[in-house]
Order: sequence, then C-alpha cells, then structure tokens
Amino acid sequence: MAVKTPIYMDNHATTPTDPRVVEAMLPYFTEVFGNAASRNHSFGWQAEEAVENARATIAKAINADSKEIVFTSGATESNNLAIKGIAEMYAEKGNHIITCVTEHKAVIDPCKKLERQGFDVTWLPVLPSGLIDLDALRAAITDKTILITIMHGNNEIGVIQPVDEIGAIAAEKGIVFHTDATQTVGKIPVDVKKSNIHLLSFSGHKLYGPKGVGVLYVRRRKPRVRVTPILDGGGHERGMRSGTLNVTGIVGLGKAVELCIQEMESDTKRLSGLRDHLRKRLLESIPESYENGDPNHKLPHSLNISFSFVEGESLLMGIAEVAVSSGSACTSASLEPSYVLKSLGLGDELAHSSIRFGLGRFTTKEEVDYVADKLISVVEKLREMSPLYEMHNEGIDLSKVEWAHH
Amino acid sequence: MAYSDKILEHYNNPRNVGSFDKTAPEVGTGLVGAPECGDVMKLQIQVNNEGVITDAKFKTFGCGSAIASSSLATEWLKGRTVDQALELKNTAIVEELNLPPIKIHCSVLAEDAIKAAVKDYLEKNNKEVPEVLTAGHHH
Ligand SMILES: Cc1ncc(COP(=O)(O)O)c(C=O)c1O
Repeated sequence: MAVKTPIYMDNHATTPTDPRVVEAMLPYFTEVFGNAASRNHSFGWQAEEAVENARATIAKAINADSKEIVFTSGATESNNLAIKGIAEMYAEKGNHIITCVTEHKAVIDPCKKLERQGFDVTWLPVLPSGLIDLDALRAAITDKTILITIMHGNNEIGVIQPVDEIGAIAAEKGIVFHTDATQTVGKIPVDVKKSNIHLLSFSGHKLYGPKGVGVLYVRRRKPRVRVTPILDGGGHERGMRSGTLNVTGIVGLGKAVELCIQEMESDTKRLSGLRDHLRKRLLESIPESYENGDPNHKLPHSLNISFSFVEGESLLMGIAEVAVSSGSACTSASLEPSYVLKSLGLGDELAHSSIRFGLGRFTTKEEVDYVADKLISVVEKLREMSPLYEMHNEGIDLSKVEWAHH
Repeated sequence: MAYSDKILEHYNNPRNVGSFDKTAPEVGTGLVGAPECGDVMKLQIQVNNEGVITDAKFKTFGCGSAIASSSLATEWLKGRTVDQALELKNTAIVEELNLPPIKIHCSVLAEDAIKAAVKDYLEKNNKEVPEVLTAGHHH
C-alpha cells in the first residue's frame, strides 16, 4: 500500500486536533460566544456552563475536584505559575527547590530565574535509565525545601518518573510536589490523589486538543496549596489566573481529555504494539544503534534511538518526508546536543546521532514500516560517508582520539 | 530549515566519497572537527610529481551542509596545484551552496580540512610548509 507523505511522527512536539474536538469547539466561536464571566445574560451562562462541564471532565480524569482546575494558556504558563507562585507564597517557610536536569525548559528556566533571585535549587541528576534516584531526592531535602518539581513523562526520551514514590516522600516531609505532566495526561493514568501530587501542569495540544490552552491543578485539601498569581486583573480562576477564559479552547480541551480517557486502553495497546515493532525493526537491522531511556518505564508511543556514527540533522535530511526530531543541533547558535541525552551519560557523538519518534492516534502500521525502511537505508548510506564509522571499523576508540577543536 | 537546491543535490549525490591509503606518500589527509560539535570531516588529496592534485576524497559526519561543503571542496580541488588549493576560501563555498549564516562554520571546517590535508602532504614529503599552515588555530 502506498503511504501518504509527509508522515507525522513528532507527537511529543504537538498533536493534530482530533476532528471530534474541532466539532465540539465550533459552536463556541459563533453561537455560544459569551464571556464566561458575564453573569447577567444567557450568553454568559451558556459559556460558563460549557467551561464548567470541561472542568468537571478534566478533574475527573486526574481524580481531582473541579475547583482544583485552573485554566491557563498552556503548560509553560502552568509551570511558571506553579513554581514562581509557590516560591513567592512559601518564601517565609524556605528558599530551597528540588528539580531535575531533564526537565523541560518551561521548568528549568523558571527555576534558574529563582536561583538568580536568591533561591537555592538542587538539580538532581538522572541515572543512565533517565530516572531520578529516589535516595538522592531524599538526601537533597532540607528543612528549607518548599517545592519538589519533577516531571511525569519526559518529552525527549519518554521516560516516566516514579511520581507515586516522589509524592510519598514529599507528603512524608510536608513539601509541595509539582509535576509537569504535559506528556502523560491522556496517555497513561494520572491520579493526583494516589500519587500525592499537589500541583500538576499540562497542555491541550499534546493530547489532540487545541493549542494555547492548558491546566494547572492546584490541590485544595490535605493539604491546601496556594500559589501567588502571576497575572493580576479580573480575578478569574479563583484569583489564580486573571483573564477572560478561552472558552473555545477549554471546550476543546475538555473534549480531548474525554476522548483520551475513553480510548486510553485501546490507544495504548495499539501504539505500544506499533512502537515495539518500530524499535525491533530498527535495533535489529541497524548495528550500533541504541535505545535511549529505560524501555520499562516509558510512554507507550515514545521511542528515542541513537544511530552511532551518523549525525542527526543529516539523518533527518535523508528522511525529509518524515517529521521526527533529532537531539542534534548543528547551528552556530548551539553546537550543544540535547541536554537530556547528555544527562543520561551519552557521549556527544551519540547524543548528536539520536532521533525521537513520537507515534500518535493517527499513526498507521504502514507508516511505521515506511519510516523503518527509510531509516535503515539512510543510516547505511550515511555510514558509508562517515569518517567515524570508518575509524570504528579500523578498531579506533573514538573516545580516545584527540580531536582538533575549533 | 529549508536547504538550498545545491546542498540537497550534493547531499543526495555526494561526489568523491571514499578514502585513500593514508600512509601513501602521495596522499595528504586532513581530519578536522570533533564529534561533540556534531561535525567531523576527513578530506584527502592525491598529489602527482608536479604538485597537482589528481584526485580528492572525503568522508563527513555532520549535517547536510557539512556534507555538501566537503563534497564541493573535493570537486574543486581536483586539477589544482597544492598552492592553488590553499587559495580556496570558505566564502566561495558559502556562495556556491547558498549556506545560511548558521551553517557558515561548515564551510570553515571544509577550508580547515583542505589546509590540514595539504599540510600533511607537505610534511610527509619533507617539503616546505608555508606559514599560513603553521600559524596557530585561527578561530
Ligand atoms: C514536558 C513539557 N512541558 C512543557 C511543555 C510546554 O508546553 P506549551 O508549549 O504548550 O506551553 C512541553 C511542550 O513542549 C512539554 O513537552
């Protein structure tokens, strides 16, 4: 069967909006267009009702209460609100934050900013598996620790951190636990009660919903968690996030979450099957290729592989009709390969040689086979051209070579 | 990022991929770059008794622009004398391939590879190495 190109296999970056989500959103642009905060007429009431329905659906999906859902513009905003909001609210209690080196920039940069403002930040390393070491977490806690922020699923390698255990440690020590669950909500079960999560961020567009809308879950009971708002204004979202609600986006997000929950079991089964097939084909056909991130703690649709001796960007060029992403960034602005891959202890050449595959709801078996075939032949072609491969075949240990740096 | 047609053309049909025996006296080998920077180029020239480059080969680990820069360099080297090879500047490669600003370092690397190959050839044959090749690294 002929495969339609281009093929989209970059679902960690974003997902297409499910047509059923678009359909649910449409009336809220033109018919039910009211401001959800308008209390005096039916336009406002209907918009508010739609928002509250979405809120209830989303709350239920993560085992939260409706009142604990704060709508934002996306995970970046949610992460900022959680981290800066806790730092400010709990500043009297302490000034120490614990996070980890593989976080998304939307966690790293707020933490760095707080560091510059005088907060102490512990950057936990990760094990070669990509998981944090729980003993290291325990050891990092001090009586000044006010926040632990560790992501749920990693956006580059798909590794799932042990949030149950992290939550238990945080609860025992009475520390607020925030998790960036942008890659996991709607993909794998998330339960804020079971995992003792106090704050949780995610975005609509990673789960087949629209872009520009997201959620911060803020726990209200046992314990009640409070954040200082970043945006001041009309006092929407119980004062935590002012600004007229994005009703269409919120309706879409609600629908997207509903579909993800309904289809989670079947999607997981289908996607992990396709992913395992892709993994098997690539690792078996391409010698000196390595999977990044612990395969036993991984999102069902994720795969990240390093193809030794070939550079990622040139690989992408050889599969131009396939949308995936690479851990290599060969630009003068940044010669640094992915910090996530480097934190796993990967040598630079392996970090430069990695490809991230993100399967999704609309990925087919034919597409997976097409991508595998294509990669196998492109890696072979590029290795023919690679001085590193030649040196490797001559028995030279690349890590011992003295390179002419420039 | 969109690549120029010329880069794509070299990437899809790279010229002169391969290796010469690097111990042969008529061969000069340049190996520049580093895996951690995402580019390594190996460029080799084969020189006759008149000092003319009769053949050139390359192998490159790097992005499409790095592959195209080295492929083009090998094409341009053939038929030049060793002295003329040293006149080949990265700016000519930038122009020919329409390299965007963020890829200029790929052309610099190709120029470095040429110089390194020439230097290796001259040293191997006990010929005088011009000062441009002995001066410290210029980045
Ligand atoms: C783990 C993680 N956190 C945060 C974000 C930021 O999401 P957004 O760009 O929707 O704010 C992303 C998406 O790139 C992500 O993958």
